[in-house]
Amino acid sequence: MAISFKIPERLLQEREMLKGIAEGIMRPESRYLDEHEHERPHAFIKAMWYVLREEQAKALQRLTNGGEKPKREGAGIANLRLVLLAEQLSWGDVGQYLCMPAPLLAGSAIEAVGTPEQKLRFLKRFAEGEPKWGAMAMTEPGAGSDTSAIQTTATFDPETNEWILNGEKIFCTNGKLALEESDGIVVVWATVDRSAGRAGMKPFVVEAGTPGVKIGKVEIKHGIRASDTAAIVLDNARVPADHLLGSAEVVRREGTAGFKGAMATFDASRPMVAASAIGVGRAALEFLKEKLAENGIQIPYGAPYHSLSAVQRDVIEMEMQLKAAWLLTLRAASMLDHGLHNSLEASMAKVKAGKVVTQVTQKAVELLGTLGYSREWLVEKWMRDGKINDIYEGTGQINLLIVARRILNYTSRELQ
Amino acid sequence: MLSFTPTDEQQMLMDAITKLAAADVRAHAHDADEEDAFPPEILQKGWELGILPASIPEAYGGFGEYSALTNVLAAETLAWGDLAWAMAVMLPATVANPVYLSGTEEQKQRILPQIAAAETLPYFSTALLEAGISFDTHALRTIAKREGDHYTISGEKCYVPFAPEAQMLLVYAQDSETGKVDGYLIERGAEGLMVTQREKLMGIRALPTYRVQLNNVRLSAESRLGGEAGTRYERILSHSRTALAALAVGVARAAYEYARDYAKTRVQFGVPIAQKQSIAFMLAEMAIEVDAARMMTWEAAWQLDNDPSGDHTAESYMAKEYAAKAALFVTDCAVQTLGGHGYIREHPVERWLRNARGFTAFEGLASI
Repeated sequence: MAISFKIPERLLQEREMLKGIAEGIMRPESRYLDEHEHERPHAFIKAMWYVLREEQAKALQRLTNGGEKPKREGAGIANLRLVLLAEQLSWGDVGQYLCMPAPLLAGSAIEAVGTPEQKLRFLKRFAEGEPKWGAMAMTEPGAGSDTSAIQTTATFDPETNEWILNGEKIFCTNGKLALEESDGIVVVWATVDRSAGRAGMKPFVVEAGTPGVKIGKVEIKHGIRASDTAAIVLDNARVPADHLLGSAEVVRREGTAGFKGAMATFDASRPMVAASAIGVGRAALEFLKEKLAENGIQIPYGAPYHSLSAVQRDVIEMEMQLKAAWLLTLRAASMLDHGLHNSLEASMAKVKAGKVVTQVTQKAVELLGTLGYSREWLVEKWMRDGKINDIYEGTGQINLLIVARRILNYTSRELQ
Repeated sequence: MLSFTPTDEQQMLMDAITKLAAADVRAHAHDADEEDAFPPEILQKGWELGILPASIPEAYGGFGEYSALTNVLAAETLAWGDLAWAMAVMLPATVANPVYLSGTEEQKQRILPQIAAAETLPYFSTALLEAGISFDTHALRTIAKREGDHYTISGEKCYVPFAPEAQMLLVYAQDSETGKVDGYLIERGAEGLMVTQREKLMGIRALPTYRVQLNNVRLSAESRLGGEAGTRYERILSHSRTALAALAVGVARAAYEYARDYAKTRVQFGVPIAQKQSIAFMLAEMAIEVDAARMMTWEAAWQLDNDPSGDHTAESYMAKEYAAKAALFVTDCAVQTLGGHGYIREHPVERWLRNARGFTAFEGLASI
């Protein structure tokens, strides 16, 4: 092993292809979809579905062929590939990117804790037919960052061999697409024992069309308006016993394996959120540099500090910060690909990228003056879109807390 | 393929440096700062690590292979021990690397084996910086004038480490006709070369630096680094910036680790202060900035290794800018974490803050 920043050629080619989608399909729709919240990016969904469906089919085929994952020499590239995809598509439009028809976070949970049989059963739909979405429902009105405080209950009914789910979930990204607009699935986290805290938290797969499941309010948001953020009401919703994800170890009442499984999905999703943030930031920075160049302002490197204008300094700072965040993101993703534990590095990347995209996009609006603030350009939208990355998949503060606990070797009790 | 793990050989080198730095260097760093010099035997131990000879190819008397990445890993670890010590130990590289990167074959054959074979730390030093509030690497006030088959150089340099001891100085000057900057190899005792004063700096006090005057120093045409083709100045600067970035990361990491360990043992209000979010969050930000600066530095070094003929001004510039800011931020936070104790010179964090402040002024003072 040696330190290397080399990205495999075929991933670079794939990125070029995604750039084509971003420029040709996403950008032209960006403004319209921002101003028509809850309308769908049909062209993007269609373009991605054909690719993603094919990939899902291949992945399931490998699973059916008896293998978990194919044995390969050395490290994989799956996570690197995902962060490159997230970065490039978010450069196109982060709201549309979030509408990617795929298992998404439901898939992460199923991959993390599901049995091979469950993976096949629940993911098969993503390999055939019309576009479908997966989503995850964790957050509740009284349980945001404090996920162990969830109140949604799951009670087992031995007579019908079913779980009965009751409660209200909010902020479920793609919840409506998954449950109402496609034959998708949502992984709902519920407690089988409120007094047990994290040990009681279990993941249940809820399919579209399940009686007792209703989409509540679909939020009207600051940004990422092409993406739906839905409330889900569970009113005596019944799911079969084998919709509780996991092996016997996860399923049994005591132990926090299920909860840990949820946390493990963050190891892969946080670098993706960081990458998405950087994509938005890069879009804003590139646009800014282009406009500055049109106005005769170039950005020199290596020039003495005293010779730089405030604007030039700002742009260099933005570029440096974005690059630093990107390198931290690549590291977090690459560590997973090498089979290394990356919770610390994933949270570091998420903290940094969330902060950087916020600063970079805000600065881009500022430096473009009255035109930057205008809705004729997309910069103001990118500023609104980018901010979500500092919030979802754990706010900047929660991720900073995770970093702090890890570097100090403190438990959540020791450092609250 | 992306990877962030050093090779076994690189790791062994870092471990060896860490061992020496943690024991001998850290033990002397406080006194060296107070007394404006490291004991020669501590510098010698650094030289005996053999970092520079290991990056000079066999053809020029060394026993290794040149690698910017290996060198930044070494530089970070050296500076983690002490910045002034690291700069002293690495000083011969500020001549050897430019000669290797840009010298004529004759210059390489003449100079590199001397350095590679030196049993005691050889004093080869560099003079790039000039006094003033705004230094511009491309608008030097030291001027080289071509007159027939020789040059005369005039000007004043500052921050020249070990100038009185130096057997050779690499002096950068601007061509009076073309405005291009080249390096000139000047032997000890050249007429018109005068070391004027030992400088008194805010930090890196254990690294003796001097003002040097050049009054019509007459040099043969072969003294110009790169000969007729001239000096690959941009490339040398890219290597120097990346080296300085690595040193800044080392200083930052030292301060971060010290503050982290201190905060876990310092009890106030009945608990270690690290259990307070105001301290814990500061430490987490410090950890992130150290890693971010390191990634920027590694990436710049990787570019230098992988695309040696490319222009890496932007990467190296950003790595140095980023790492310099990160070092200042992290060392300041370290002083803050220790509170009143951080301001007292018994603890190293105030020294590290003074050292870190210098990076925005430093150019050319290190090379990888």
